[in-house]
Amino acid sequence: MDALDPLLLSRIQFAFTISFHILFPSFTIGLAAWLVVLEALWLKTGNPIYMEIARHWTKIFAISFGMGVVSGVVLSYEFGTNWSEFSRLGGNVIGPLMAYEVLTAFFLEAGFLGIMLFGWNRVPRAVHFFASLMVAAGTVISAFWILAANSWMQTPAGQVMGDDGVLHVADWWQVIFNPSFPYRFSHMVAAAYLTTAFMVDGIGAWYILRDRNVPHGRIMLGMGLSLIVWLAPLQLVIGDLHGLNTREHQPAKIAALEAHWETQKQAPLILFAIPDPKAETNHYELAIPDLGSLILTHEWDGEIKGLKSFPREDRPNPIIPFFAFRIMVGIGMIMIALGAIGAVLWLRGRLYSNRLFLQAMQFAAPLGFIAVLSGWFVAEVGRQPWTVYGILRTADSVSPVPGGSVLFSLVLFVLAYGVIFGAGIYYIAKLVRAGPEATPPIEDHTEGDPSRRPMEAAGNP
Amino acid sequence: MTEYLPILLPLVWASILALAVFLYVLLGGYDLGLGVLFPLAPSHKDRDAMMNSVAPFWDGNETWLVFGGGGLLAAFPLAYSVMLPALYIPLVLMLIGLILRGVAFEFRFKSEKYRYLWDLAFAGGSILAAVMQGAAIGAFIQGFKVVDNKFAGGAFDWLTPFSAVTALAILSGYVLLSAGWLIMKGDEDLRNWAYGVARKALVVLAAFILIFSVWTPFLHPEIAARWFTPANMVMLSPVPLITAASIVALWLSLDRRLRYAPFLLGVVIFLLCYTGLAVSLFPFIIPPDITIWKAAAAPESQLFMLYGAVPLLPIILGYTTYSYYVFWQAGDEGYH
Repeated sequence: MDALDPLLLSRIQFAFTISFHILFPSFTIGLAAWLVVLEALWLKTGNPIYMEIARHWTKIFAISFGMGVVSGVVLSYEFGTNWSEFSRLGGNVIGPLMAYEVLTAFFLEAGFLGIMLFGWNRVPRAVHFFASLMVAAGTVISAFWILAANSWMQTPAGQVMGDDGVLHVADWWQVIFNPSFPYRFSHMVAAAYLTTAFMVDGIGAWYILRDRNVPHGRIMLGMGLSLIVWLAPLQLVIGDLHGLNTREHQPAKIAALEAHWETQKQAPLILFAIPDPKAETNHYELAIPDLGSLILTHEWDGEIKGLKSFPREDRPNPIIPFFAFRIMVGIGMIMIALGAIGAVLWLRGRLYSNRLFLQAMQFAAPLGFIAVLSGWFVAEVGRQPWTVYGILRTADSVSPVPGGSVLFSLVLFVLAYGVIFGAGIYYIAKLVRAGPEATPPIEDHTEGDPSRRPMEAAGNP
Repeated sequence: MTEYLPILLPLVWASILALAVFLYVLLGGYDLGLGVLFPLAPSHKDRDAMMNSVAPFWDGNETWLVFGGGGLLAAFPLAYSVMLPALYIPLVLMLIGLILRGVAFEFRFKSEKYRYLWDLAFAGGSILAAVMQGAAIGAFIQGFKVVDNKFAGGAFDWLTPFSAVTALAILSGYVLLSAGWLIMKGDEDLRNWAYGVARKALVVLAAFILIFSVWTPFLHPEIAARWFTPANMVMLSPVPLITAASIVALWLSLDRRLRYAPFLLGVVIFLLCYTGLAVSLFPFIIPPDITIWKAAAAPESQLFMLYGAVPLLPIILGYTTYSYYVFWQAGDEGYH
């Protein structure tokens, strides 16, 4: 293949820019909701510790949200710069969903973000709470629309091909609430909450282990754990239902992520293998008999289609979905186990003193991000060779731009994202080290004592 | 009624998007302009004040750009799918500029040793974004080569002497808006400096408006015909005349050190140039062949969006106004 193939380069660029972007919403969807809960607890109990944690994490939220915004704007333009044929052919369907995301979510977030970040001393507490609530609502509404759009690309419904050669919408309800949408939406929102909970818990554990900000660390750990303990198992159930749905609507994706080549009843669960698409077989396969059918169909002898039952040109390459799926599920299992162990320790009153568990939670902090990325690799690579499943091929979706232009932009994005990612992580780590105790109290009026102004705390941690 | 929808809806959506793009040019304009002026600011204290004056708003300002892009995809997918590949390089450079200047808001105040690097990112990113937006507007006015509903030109078609003029015109216009913004929002030192900046920016902008106005009719014969047929000349004469009057009025307002007039007159100048452009191009969305009706999304798609846009846009403008109201007086908050 030509090294400057615009299709391949556009796919690499989109995979890179959207993978980078999804890290931030995965974190801020949960964080925004948690900040609302903290602020509500503060308003209800008057206990300043909730406010201190909220204000500290608001700064971390601000950095993450800012990076999410700047990397998100890129995506809204890439649909045209790199995938203009997809936009032209699918614009009637996908365009309004994106427009609604801007109108109902982006403006809402942006409009209230200023008050949320800087308005503590400017507006009444109730108004500030409302602003935080609107930002949090915006993050979920945004997820709603973009996952509706993505799910429609996975399991299209409600559209018809028009006489003009482009797709038209026959039924908006079917487009938005397409077959995979409820599963994908709940799976992603739960994933975002878990990602945030593990980050919060990891940092809480870090504080407790270092004997710093311990009261804050305990609240973080406890609040995160009380979510993980039920949401991690629930996520397994949602994921399972999502899998059943995928088997019904995208059987080739299931075949790819399980690396099944032959259609079989009583299919095995392959634990490890190196799939070989050329030879249409697996190497070094390690499998448990029958378990595959049981998991995927909930029956001992449920039939699972193999990749060979699809024409070669309609199959996804199984290598990435196969491994990414195993990483995602493995992390899910670790999350369930950590939640259960944490709950037992909590009941026995040893949650805050068991150093081994605290260390484990510290290392588990970034697991959610890896699971989210893996899950999206399964979903998106598994959808290939289609952009709109069964309707529009990826190869027919690309823009008429020269490969050189795409290489140019890819290099720029890699450089720019490398710099801002490094800097973002560095500044977040700096804020974490500074800790919530450095957070200044809320002033009741604008002109405060200069020594209590926020600048000293945030500027010189 | 239904039979008129395919005629009416594209007009409605063209108006909504024109409004969105205009709001972006104003809000993004003063916002990017601050970045352009950043390295020239008299002191570190002034740079802090400049950045904090826009910190609560930059995300909201930029959302109008996202709405412009997303709205174009939704309402005129054909235009979106021609324009964006045609403007591939300037749009990518604009995005890189917006990334660098956007994160600078967060990173600058958290950094001490390397603060100058984020200052550089904020200024460089803002200049890059402004120049590329201006070049993209110029290339858009010149039109794109389209075959079979697809862009059929080269990667550098956008780069012409005309787009260089529009790039510099936009740059000077943004600087004028941001000087007007600082005259409203800055302390006395910053205001004094901003009055001087506004004066220079106005002279440069006026020169570019003149070049632009003389040049544009020569791009497409249709544009010349629209402006220079006798009846139209009379009807359209208020556009150039009021523009010239606004430029003079802005100059006088700087002499008299008025506080709000410079920014507002800057807005008026932008509005008139924008109106002039609309007069030149209507009804084409990709000059010289694709009209808003040809590029329009299916009526059911445009209608579906309109149901949401009609109630939501006033609400959005409402809470955006509230946010500006809350942060109107300079204070200590913002980033530090």
